[in-house]
Amino acid sequence: MENTLTSKQLLAKLQSEHYAGAMQAKKEGKLVAWATSICPQELLETLDIDVVYPENHAAAIGARKDAPQFIANAEAKGYSTDICSYARVNMGYADIQFSEAENIPMPDLIFCCSNICNTVIKWYENLAKTLHIPLVMFDMPFNHTFDVPEHSIRYMRGQIEYAIQQLVDITGKKFDYDKFSEVMKVSSESALWWRRATDLGRNHPSPLNGFDMFNYMAMIVCARGKESTRDLFKLWHDEMAEKVRLGKGPWKEGEEKYRIMWDGIACWPHLSVTYKTLKKYGINMVTSTYPESWTIVYEQNDLDGMARAYSANYANRNLDYGTGNVIKLVRDFDLDGIVYHSNRSCKLMDFRQYEVQRRIEGATGVPSVVFDGDQTDPRIFSQAQYETRIQALVEMMEENKIKKQRGDL
Amino acid sequence: MYLGIDIGSSSSKAALLNEEGTIAGTQVVNLGTGTQGIQTALDELYERAGISPGQVLYTVVTGYGRLLYTEADKQITEITCHAKGIHYLMPDVRTVVDIGGQDSKVIRMDSGGTVQNFVMNEKCAAGTGRFLEVMARVLGCSIGDLSCLAAQATQDVAISSVCTVFAESEVISQLSQGQHPNDVARGALRAVAKRVAGLCGRVGVEDSVAMSGGVALNQTMVEVLSQELGRPVVPAPDSQAVGAIGAALLAREQYRKTR
Repeated sequence: MENTLTSKQLLAKLQSEHYAGAMQAKKEGKLVAWATSICPQELLETLDIDVVYPENHAAAIGARKDAPQFIANAEAKGYSTDICSYARVNMGYADIQFSEAENIPMPDLIFCCSNICNTVIKWYENLAKTLHIPLVMFDMPFNHTFDVPEHSIRYMRGQIEYAIQQLVDITGKKFDYDKFSEVMKVSSESALWWRRATDLGRNHPSPLNGFDMFNYMAMIVCARGKESTRDLFKLWHDEMAEKVRLGKGPWKEGEEKYRIMWDGIACWPHLSVTYKTLKKYGINMVTSTYPESWTIVYEQNDLDGMARAYSANYANRNLDYGTGNVIKLVRDFDLDGIVYHSNRSCKLMDFRQYEVQRRIEGATGVPSVVFDGDQTDPRIFSQAQYETRIQALVEMMEENKIKKQRGDL
Repeated sequence: MYLGIDIGSSSSKAALLNEEGTIAGTQVVNLGTGTQGIQTALDELYERAGISPGQVLYTVVTGYGRLLYTEADKQITEITCHAKGIHYLMPDVRTVVDIGGQDSKVIRMDSGGTVQNFVMNEKCAAGTGRFLEVMARVLGCSIGDLSCLAAQATQDVAISSVCTVFAESEVISQLSQGQHPNDVARGALRAVAKRVAGLCGRVGVEDSVAMSGGVALNQTMVEVLSQELGRPVVPAPDSQAVGAIGAALLAREQYRKTR
């Protein structure tokens, strides 16, 4: 039966199984970890530790408009409104432990890698301390140089080896290196199919609707080391490849008039309005920085390669690297414009956003707009402001198209 | 005739353009979206120009209230309209600052008046006309009188709060401590100017800066902003109607395109 499912149906099934499976595992007395989104999950998968991702869970709560109660709880405990709203939602959830939107079991250990931001260090330390459970921490300093320095890779490798020992101590199990090898292979394959699928957005029209990508992203975050995830992304890829062959665009109705990149996390509480406003003007988000973020690819059994892949995460790279990457996206995906989500939660992304915008505009001439929002706190976003900025972007993109037709660009 | 309409959060503006591309009249009514403001402006404009609504070939609407106004042929953002209007009125200008009731924006244009980049304030009243309205209320004067008060100041009273609500408390506190209303008024203008100068920095300023919108009528604001930017700021002629003029110019272009 399973092979008759569409990738969308399979995604829904796997997501549901992911959360239900974790709840069941907890009931059966299995260990459950809470982990950051781009962590070496291979170790947990190898030791059969069930893992859920507070960032993904917070996004689900945000999208289903249940975030305010958790945010209020965290703020009442003293967490500032300036702290990441994923952190506030999760801190609130750790206290309330129930959401109408989606539930996760409470953790037995905390698994944190700071290659995505610094906030996670204190957020996850606080969880471990409050819940009196072990913390496995990967300290991944920001790469201030263009290339990831060798010493950082060695540092990460050392921490992976140390974490294996910590997990062996916590679980009382032997670390099965043969299984680890297989998980490494599957994880890389999942990442590769994720990349291949999202790369299909380069086609004209793009078969990929970027807001679908936001949804599919759940599984590259939550279950990269599982064969079912690899198969999901291969299926998604094949479906879109078929759409390319048939010349089909991103939507059943409506033509892809403008191709844009969305910079930053989705505005989950206002997902529908942000999407529909773009679609109304024929704007398709054909890519973002996320395809690369989860291209965590390395050779099987290559621990140095694995350490390098995690150290080299996009969010952990310097301004020159980030800018170069976006310039490449503008050219590879033939973008007409860029929408920057100035996400109040994410200081790491916001602080460099204006400089990135300035450099990209200078290098490519592609127009862009910045709008204010937040990944889960619904209070930051203004629909009228968003629409004005998007409409202004359309007017600039249209002007560019006319200039291109005239040969002025 | 071509009609441009700009419905803001606190005022409604309309401009008529004739076939030759010359402005045939503008009208401003200090009532914004959700009021009869725009209808009043149009009635007065038609009467003064001696035309009937039926003579209008094409209408473009802009401003915060544009999405709710259904009688126009097209709606275009205030960003494009202000750039167009300024380019028509002041062809050498490349940067325009518009401090509106709800939005502040800084727009950078190329030599053809096409928008190259723009920034607007975030979801916050700091740096907008609303901030000035709140300050005027605390000082017990009209928004139009803020400029006169500030012009007589002997010093600026620094207003450190970015938030309009906190700034209001801060100003009340300053006044109760005996600070002169003139100095507080100038401090309020300085606070807005600093905020807008920050937006200018983001978008990149070239040569002289034009200012459109109602706040451009505030001479002291223009002076303070010039100081903050370290370059001349020139108020646009008929500054309140710049967006509507731009909309009327775009109406003429659109009409010709569709023909």
